[in-house]
This record gives sequence, structure tokens and C-alpha cells, in this order.
Amino acid sequence: MDYEVNIGIEIHAELLTKSKVFCSCPVQFGAPPNTLTCPVCLGLPGALPVLNRKAVEYAILTALALNCKINKNAIFHRKNYFYPDLPKNYQISQYDTPIGIQGYLEIETSNGKKRIRIRRVHLEEDTGKLIHSGGRITGSDMSFVDFNRSGVPLLEIVSEPDISSPEEAKEYLVNIRDILVFLGVCDGKMEEGSMRCEANVSIREKGSDKLGTKTELKNINSFRAVERALQYEIERQIDIVSKGKEVVQETRHWDEKNERTISMRSKEEAHDYRYFPEPDLVPLEIDDAWIERLRSQIPELPEEKYERYKTLGLTPYEAKLLAHDLEFSVFFDKAIKLYNNPRAIANWLLVDVTKELKDRNKVITQTLLTPEIMVELISLIDEGKISGRIAKDILPELIDKGTSPKKIIEEKNLVQITDTSTLLSVIDQVLKENREVVEEYRKGKERSFVFLVGQVMKLTKGKANPKLVNELLKKALG
Amino acid sequence: MDLADLTAHELLDLIRRKEVSLRDIVKSCIERIERYEPIIKAYLTVRDPEDVINSVKDDEPYSAIPIAIKDNILVKGLPNTCASKILSNFIAPYNATVIEKLNRKAFNIIGKTNLDEFAMGSSTENSAFGPTKNPWDIERVPGGSSGGSAASVAMGSAIWALGSDTGGSIRQPASFCGVVGLKPTYGTVSRYGLVAFASSLDQIGPITKDVTDCAILYSFINGHDPNDSTSLDVEPYRYSPLKGDVRGLRIGLIKELLAEGVDPSVKKCMEDAVRTFEDLGAIVEEVSLPHISYSVPTYYILAPAEASSNLARFDGVRYGFRASGKTAEEMMSNTRGEGFGPEVKRRIMLGTYVLSAGYYEAFYLKALKFRNLIAGDFKKAFERFDVLISPTSPILPFKLGEKVENPLEMYLADICTIPINLAGLPAISIPCGFVNDLPVGLQIIGPVFSESKLFEVAYGFEQATPFHKRRPQLGGKPYGL
Repeated sequence: MDYEVNIGIEIHAELLTKSKVFCSCPVQFGAPPNTLTCPVCLGLPGALPVLNRKAVEYAILTALALNCKINKNAIFHRKNYFYPDLPKNYQISQYDTPIGIQGYLEIETSNGKKRIRIRRVHLEEDTGKLIHSGGRITGSDMSFVDFNRSGVPLLEIVSEPDISSPEEAKEYLVNIRDILVFLGVCDGKMEEGSMRCEANVSIREKGSDKLGTKTELKNINSFRAVERALQYEIERQIDIVSKGKEVVQETRHWDEKNERTISMRSKEEAHDYRYFPEPDLVPLEIDDAWIERLRSQIPELPEEKYERYKTLGLTPYEAKLLAHDLEFSVFFDKAIKLYNNPRAIANWLLVDVTKELKDRNKVITQTLLTPEIMVELISLIDEGKISGRIAKDILPELIDKGTSPKKIIEEKNLVQITDTSTLLSVIDQVLKENREVVEEYRKGKERSFVFLVGQVMKLTKGKANPKLVNELLKKALG
Repeated sequence: MDLADLTAHELLDLIRRKEVSLRDIVKSCIERIERYEPIIKAYLTVRDPEDVINSVKDDEPYSAIPIAIKDNILVKGLPNTCASKILSNFIAPYNATVIEKLNRKAFNIIGKTNLDEFAMGSSTENSAFGPTKNPWDIERVPGGSSGGSAASVAMGSAIWALGSDTGGSIRQPASFCGVVGLKPTYGTVSRYGLVAFASSLDQIGPITKDVTDCAILYSFINGHDPNDSTSLDVEPYRYSPLKGDVRGLRIGLIKELLAEGVDPSVKKCMEDAVRTFEDLGAIVEEVSLPHISYSVPTYYILAPAEASSNLARFDGVRYGFRASGKTAEEMMSNTRGEGFGPEVKRRIMLGTYVLSAGYYEAFYLKALKFRNLIAGDFKKAFERFDVLISPTSPILPFKLGEKVENPLEMYLADICTIPINLAGLPAISIPCGFVNDLPVGLQIIGPVFSESKLFEVAYGFEQATPFHKRRPQLGGKPYGL
């Protein structure tokens, strides 16, 4: 039997506003527990919420980037449930009138582009964080609550169950992450919890027009976990159905360590959140002028960049890598304006610079390398002033000290040797010192030639123009 | 007559003319507390008399006019119990916006007053710390939920007071205690720092001995507050001396609020009030508000719904009373089980029920529709009338314990005040007569933001009648006139 998979994804993204969504406490990570709190985010008696306009703007921006319609009279609802990390024991959220509705996102699949519909984009407040002595709630005899996170604005993005495989799910998630990062509304760090994800999964017989019973997966904390959790869950469901049994509608917890999903609670145990309109807030009024002003602020997003980069002669692979990396793409766009060699710039960024950054565990904006320095280096190569070898050698200094490449090669006398007579005399010396190798070459051992070139480069400390060395050496060897 | 029997504006006049010592006024109020508070029990916290006297500043006249604050309005550093065991150990860590406003005029807070637990009730009998007695008859209730504030003013222990009104909690106790109480237009007084009962209905307001004091105190507490999103950014009310001219005023007498269930003696007072207005040159006509009879059921769906959510935060996790329990859930559950009284629990259960899946549409949404219909009735009535009048309460102050066993009967007695909160309107209750030495209140209702008109109408009536001059006696011993 062939099965079809339906996956819907719910993303929670913490917004990078300066202050919390309903009070003026700063949004900041790593502060000592309960130092970023006030009567509002602690749920003290008598405290009232006041909506942060910036958080609304971030929500509208995101909704627009995801092609949503904007609800001009969006309202907030209270979602009622008891939990020690929820100070008011209700969460101010949105229910039937979220900020954004009916959007979509296009992702690349093995079968080409696919449109994933977005059901809603809404704004809500984050909860505090429980810290259990001993690390786990079960068996710990004391728990603490840190309310620094309480009231941090959260954006919830819910897709329709249009995703058909774990790979698509990951692609969707990565795309959303990149959009959020490019919009500057979220840092997208799943591992740190600033972006969280839940998925609902169901399977059905191929061709069936009715969705199967879904399970909801929680505790998916990385992009890798998304694929694995979904893969596991799909296989589990296929196993159940192929044995003639039925999937139970329930919430399941992804156990990262044991790589399996575990039942958390069934549909019968599901909460009744008793949503009702938040009487402490007035309805949002979002007018066309506001929407249009925000629409004009949306920067070029990864997918558009990707298409543009391909037209610059980059391979789809290169274009994708650059287009989906905010720091690289900004750097790249500046560099190509300064110097028209997109392919070389892309190549340098994606190979050598990437390697150096990895060694330093940094992103490019955290180094002293600027687009100006990068294109200066590449133009020196293009002009034949230095070899690629030398360029690679001096790259670390450019990254760490931000020195001008021209200055370095002048100071260290690294200008490429293109003078034929100088090179010929070096070649002469190499041939004399390596008679045996020369013999082997003449007997047909091609690799000996490479060795001889290497010797020339070594004697010139890498400064010899490799192309010229090749030519001259070939001639000298007859 | 003691200084404690005077109104704030009378005392301010004396101060201005330097005919009185500021500290003597405060001392006179403290004396009232010492003599009568053990009987009346209007307060849950009384500030140290020495602190109160020391808070008097010679260049700040309002520092000599003691004010009592209902114990659900946060005053930094003072207990804020809401008359509930669950907040019995809670000290307010910040000031409500109204307190900040009063502080700017150096107002002198004499204490925090008793109330029905979390403002839920009409008799102050639902206080976890015992009921307050009516200064006019200590066998009777002072009304509620701001019974402590109304009693504190009536007994002269405070010159004026703040209460809160969700369904009549300022006006009905003002009526029962023979004082003046204003429920302002929703959104004109900040709710920040008022412990929420039903957010869409709650409003803080003044309780005073006469209309002038009411207008003065209201002028200090009203105005836009950026900390309360439901606070309206309109031109605030500023006090100017009242004239009380009601000639040509069109007054609508609400027919439905004089129908069955209204005590005949209250009806008689209303008839007298109508005559008084007519003698003053106003035109009084009956008006029907057909949906007003649905007010009580509508209110008892919406208010408990909001309350069930507003009171969820009292869980023992962060502050207040905490019961023990093996798990966090058990602790929270025990805390709420032991911490809340029966009326609060009743309303939380009611509210939880009407918001539950499957009942939301049948109850909550339907109630919202009726709320709109009731507001529509008022809007229509104000096309014909400048103000509307009704009794504040259909019944006289009842005896302690008389209605405790019958909450529904108590709920129904709020029929005159509840519709005003549902419609978000301002209404003032003023004394309009006495029946067997028990005060009766007249409710004057206006369109939104018509406080200044309400003060004029009420002042006109007040000046034409002697009721506001009467002070209660206790056990035959006069403490006043």
C-alpha cells in the first residue's frame, strides 16, 4: 500500500524587539533570573498590558513576507490554562482574528517549486522558564521559575498540512528561518530556543481525499531533529496502519536521545483553553497606510536573491548558499557593486573565507574583513600581481587585522614574479638539482612535472606566476 | 459638630481661612476610628495614627483631609488583601495610578477599607475578615462591595474614599450609607493597580459626603493613563464650582426599574425626588428600556467569565497565601481551594463554565449581544433625555445574614446599577430620603463623559433637599449633629 504524508508545522519565533510585548522590560538573554521583570510580566494583581507597537510591526512584516492577508481589526484573546511558568495563568494570544491569514511560502523540492499554504501568523507572549533542581521535573523536590522570558513577544506561524515529507518540512523550516532573519525580526536560533517548532503528522492512502488521524509532535529543538522526528513518526504510523490498526490522535514528545516519539497526552486530555477576547486591550487598528509603509520596508528575501545570483553566473548551489546567509549575502551584494567579478567573490566567500570563519567560530560581520578588502585582494589576483597561493596565505591577516592586501604584499615583498629571466634562472637551478626527477619525467612520468613546478614555487616563496612557470618549464624540459 | 462631620470642601475653606489646624482635622478622624471602628469594622488596615498625623504638610491642604482606599486598590507598602485569605499576606509593591495621582496632591491615606472578597458581593459580608456594619444601623449591612469605603465616610473616619464599581459596588453602598458615590464613564479613571474583577466593567470612583466633594475628588483621579490600554485619551474633567441649575432639563424615569420588586418606601422616595426635580424646573417623563430586565443574567455571565480568568493568577506560585501540596499542581489547587471564599469560587466556576467549549456561544457570545442591546437602549433614551433616574437600590439596607443563604436574591437586588456598567456609562448615587432612619439613594445616569452634567444635576437636587446634611447616630449616641 502506498501512503501519502501530510505535515503541518507550527513555528514559534521570539521577536527581537527591545522591550517585551506588553510591558517595557528589556528583551535580553542570559541575564540573572528574575531581573528583567515588572508588575505586568510577573502577573501582579492590578497590572495591565500595554501593546508594544514594534512587535505588531514585526508581525505584520512577517505576515506580508509570507504573502498573508492582514486582518485590519485583529484582536487579542486570552488562552486560559494553569502552569507555574505562566504568571497570569492565561496567555495573551490571538484566536479567530490573527494579524495575518491565508499566506503561502514557496519551497524547492525534488519535483520543483511547491507552495505551502500558511494558515495564520499571530502575536502572543512567551511564558517564563521552569528550572528544576536536578534538571527534571520528575523526582526533583524543588522547582524555580525565571520570569525574564515572560512577556517576550512570540510570533506563531502555522502552515496548512501541505508538507509531504521530512525533507520538505526541513526546507520549509529553513526558509521561514531565513525570512525571519532577513527581516531582522528573529535570530532564528532553534538550538537556543529563539525559534521553536511543533509538527502535526498524518498519513493516508494515496489518492484518498480525507486526511488521516494526526499526531502532534513537540520538543523538536533543531533542524536535524525535525527531519528525524518526522521520519520516525511517519514510519510508526505506517507500521500501525499496515497492521490494520488505527492511529490515535494525541500529542507526542520527541525523545532526542533515544530517537523516538513518546505519547504525552491524548485528545481526551487536551486542554479547553476557554478563549475569550482580552478585555484589557483594545482591538488593533491596522490601516492601509501602515501596511504599505511596512511592505516598503521588506528587504530582498532569500528566494529573490537566489534568482538574482543565478543571473550573475553563480551555480544554483553557490547562489543558494549565499542567498540564504544574511551576512554573506549582504557582504556579497556590497562587494559586487565595488568590483564586477561575482563568481570569484562568491568562490572566495564560500571556500576560503568560510573555512577561516569556521576555524574562528565567527560570522563575517564579526571579523575585520570588509567587502573593500575582499575585492582588493581579488583584483590583485585578476591583475596578475599576486598568485592565488599568496592570496590564500595573507587571507587570515585580512580577516584578523583588516589590513589592506596591497600594503601587505608591498611590505612583505610578495608581488608576483612575472619576469621571464628571473624565473628561467630559478628553473635552471631546479633542473640541475633534480636531475633524477627530470629523467623520470622524460620517461613519461607526468607527476614529476608537478613536483618540479612545486620546487620553483618553493624557491620563489610562492611568488612565481604559476602559469608562466608552467610554460617556461615545459620549454626547458623540451 | 466635629470636624470629622464636615465635607472636604468645607474643611478646605476653613483651611484657606486659617480657621482650623490641619492636624486637628486628622485627629478628629482618628478619634472616630478609635471610638467606632471596633463596632463598624470598615477597615482592613488602619495606618498608624502617628504616621497619619505626621503625613500632614502645612502647605498641602489635601494632606489634612484623610482619605480611605478600598483594599483592592494598590497602595505601595500597605497590605492589599482584597478581603481574601489568598492575599492575606500580600503587601502592594507598587502604587495604582489613582494613588500616584493623589500623591501629587499629598493626599493622606488613613487606611484600606473592607469589601466583599475581590469585590464580589453587595453587602461586604463576603469578606474573609468579617463584615462591615452600616453606621446607620449596626444590625444592617453597609452594602457592597465598597461597603468599607462607604461606611468609613459615613462614620466620619475618613472625609472621603475611593471605591470600585463593577455592577454597583460604589453606588449601592453609597446609597445604603447615605453618602454620594460616582461610577465614572468606563475608561475615564485608570484601572492600573486596581485588582481586576471584571476588566470590561470595573471602574474606580469617589465616595464622598456630598456632590461637591465627589466632583473635586473625581477631578483628581480621572484622566488618560498610558499604563491602561482601556483608558480613554479624552479631555479630563476639571472641577469648577457647581451651580445646580436644572431648569428645562429633560429627565427620564426608567420604568422597568420601578416595577415589581421595588420596596414601596423606596418608590415613595422616588416620587418625592421626581417632584423635587419638577419643582426645580426640570421635565420628568417615564422612559422604557426594554432590554434592561436582561441585565442581571447578562452580567452574571460576563462578569464571572472575566473573573474566572482574572483570578487565575492567584495560585500560590509567586505571592500571597500558599497551601502545601506534593506537586506544583496540587499546591496550586490546594491554594485556590483554601484561599478563596465560597462566593468567589461560585463565580469562578460559573465563569469557567460559560467559557467552556460548547457553551461559549450559548452563554458568553449571547450575553455580549445583550450587552449591546442594553447599551443601545440607553443610547436611544439619551436622544430624548439629558439624564435618566432610578433608585440606586430597589431595597433598603438589609440585615446582616438576611440574604447570605440566597445569593440569587442578592444578585437580583443589583438590577438598578448593573445595566450602567454593562453600557459603560457614568452614574451617581445621592441621598434622596430616609425610611425609618435608613438612607435611600437616587441614581442619576448620563451619557458617556457626562460627569460634569451629572454633578450639576445632583448638586441641584442636593441643594434643594436636606438629606446630605444628615449624619448617622450610633446606639443612640449622636456622633454628628
